[in-house]
Amino acid sequence: MLTLEGVGKRYPTGDRALSDIDLALPKGQVMALIGPSGAGKSTLIRCVNRLVEPSQGHIRLDGDELTTLSGAGLRRARRSMGMIFQEYALVDRLTVMENVLSGRLGYVGFWRSFFRRYPEQDVREAFRLLERVGLDHALDKRADALSGGQRQRVGIARALLQSPRLLLVDEPTASLDPKTSRQIMRLIRELCAERGLAAIINIHDVALARQFADRIVGLNAGRIVFDGAPSELTSDILTTIYGEEEWDTRVGPEEPAEERSAPPRAFDVALSGAVR
Amino acid sequence: MPVSTSSAGLPLWQRRTTAAQWLRFAAWLFGLSLFLLCWKVISDNTLWVFVEDAGRQGSDLLGRMLPPRWEYAEKLWRPMWDTLNIATLGTALGVLMAFPVAFLAARNTTPHPLVRSLALMIIVSSRSINSLIWAMLLVTIVGPGVLAGIIAIALRSIGFVGKLLYEAIEEIHPTPVEAISATGASRLQVMNYAVLPQVLPAFAGISLYRWDINIRESTVLGLVGAGGIGLALNASINSLAWSQVSVIFVMIFATVIVSEWMSARVRRAMI
Repeated sequence: MLTLEGVGKRYPTGDRALSDIDLALPKGQVMALIGPSGAGKSTLIRCVNRLVEPSQGHIRLDGDELTTLSGAGLRRARRSMGMIFQEYALVDRLTVMENVLSGRLGYVGFWRSFFRRYPEQDVREAFRLLERVGLDHALDKRADALSGGQRQRVGIARALLQSPRLLLVDEPTASLDPKTSRQIMRLIRELCAERGLAAIINIHDVALARQFADRIVGLNAGRIVFDGAPSELTSDILTTIYGEEEWDTRVGPEEPAEERSAPPRAFDVALSGAVR
Repeated sequence: MPVSTSSAGLPLWQRRTTAAQWLRFAAWLFGLSLFLLCWKVISDNTLWVFVEDAGRQGSDLLGRMLPPRWEYAEKLWRPMWDTLNIATLGTALGVLMAFPVAFLAARNTTPHPLVRSLALMIIVSSRSINSLIWAMLLVTIVGPGVLAGIIAIALRSIGFVGKLLYEAIEEIHPTPVEAISATGASRLQVMNYAVLPQVLPAFAGISLYRWDINIRESTVLGLVGAGGIGLALNASINSLAWSQVSVIFVMIFATVIVSEWMSARVRRAMI
């Protein structure tokens, strides 16, 4: 459904962020994109909806070439790609409802959006989504009055109100605590299943990626170095993605591995729990 | 590098290298000498005979101002009202014009670099001319009176409000802008949803601040014939009616205090 062919990005400063990315994402697949900071994960998903201009290659969504679009065509294409951000990227001084309804901006005209007179079915759908993400009680609150997890739910509702075919998710859990992170990942996962959405999720937390993705792609220095199922992700592969590190070492005596509702945040502890 | 090696071979660290230290000393010496030189020039150009009896002249003037002729206040209500109107309407008009100019001048919202330079040009030319000079020009163009004052205040305010507002626009968080753009919103919708809510508090604060300044500025516009209490001030000074001048001063002082208090309250209520 989404295909990337030979996509590359070089920033004007000369930094090469992406080289020769070939990727095909079938309908309904949830793909996690992992890799060290600066590997080009954010650049990659921003190239898809053209918040960043790719310098070469082709990106097609259901056969439509995205890289050559501009103006109204680009806006129309962006409607079908919902984006979820690390710092939620809500507009703080607007209410929850206004933030969610802003997902319809690509569909309504300027004056309608200016006077907040959205079509009835859009408003109804916004109500439904807010209820689905568990925020129907907060719709009149200002966005900055919410907690981190609640804000991310608003962000998710906004992205879904676009009626997208594809979700681009940029570090959805980086600012959240471990429990909320899981809840958010589970919610994204469920919503993708309900609506048959494909998703690309940039994520730092390898344990979460394993748990919630159908497929994992590892990026290092702008190149794909791993592409496979979560079960294929071994310590050796983590080393090729992230570089040398004792992935399985623990401090102190071995504890029996048990299910925890909130795994410790420390990276290698959480990871070794999942690897064995 | 402020790191050197001592005779014992240990690394030494100083805040500045020796050369930098001497350079700083020279710069201070130069600055101080320049200050003293300027002092000398000013002193040579001052007629000290006039300065010597400054105290006597000052107390003489104060004596003529006191006691203030309070009955005169009755005739001042009308010009004071004019002054408030000049300030308020002038600010409103200026803010109205500054708003689009600021969006054209901010690097992140301007449609084109050329438009940006044009907008910056408007801001700079408005700022570089004092409102008293604008008023002088306008009195010759539209004739003496309140209208000239209003336009003068408005023209001066464009630069002030425009500059502060475009700086506020350039400092907004970029992520909401990214997010709203990613929904497929048009440029205007992005401004309306992602930029405007972020700069609205700054906009309100700046406008109130300028209104505050404009109250003070509009009190003197009458000196060049642009209406308001300055006309009365000018007339009183010209007829050497110092006891009336003191009444006007008290009146201006009271108005400024009230306007400061009001703008502080409104600002607190808004943010």
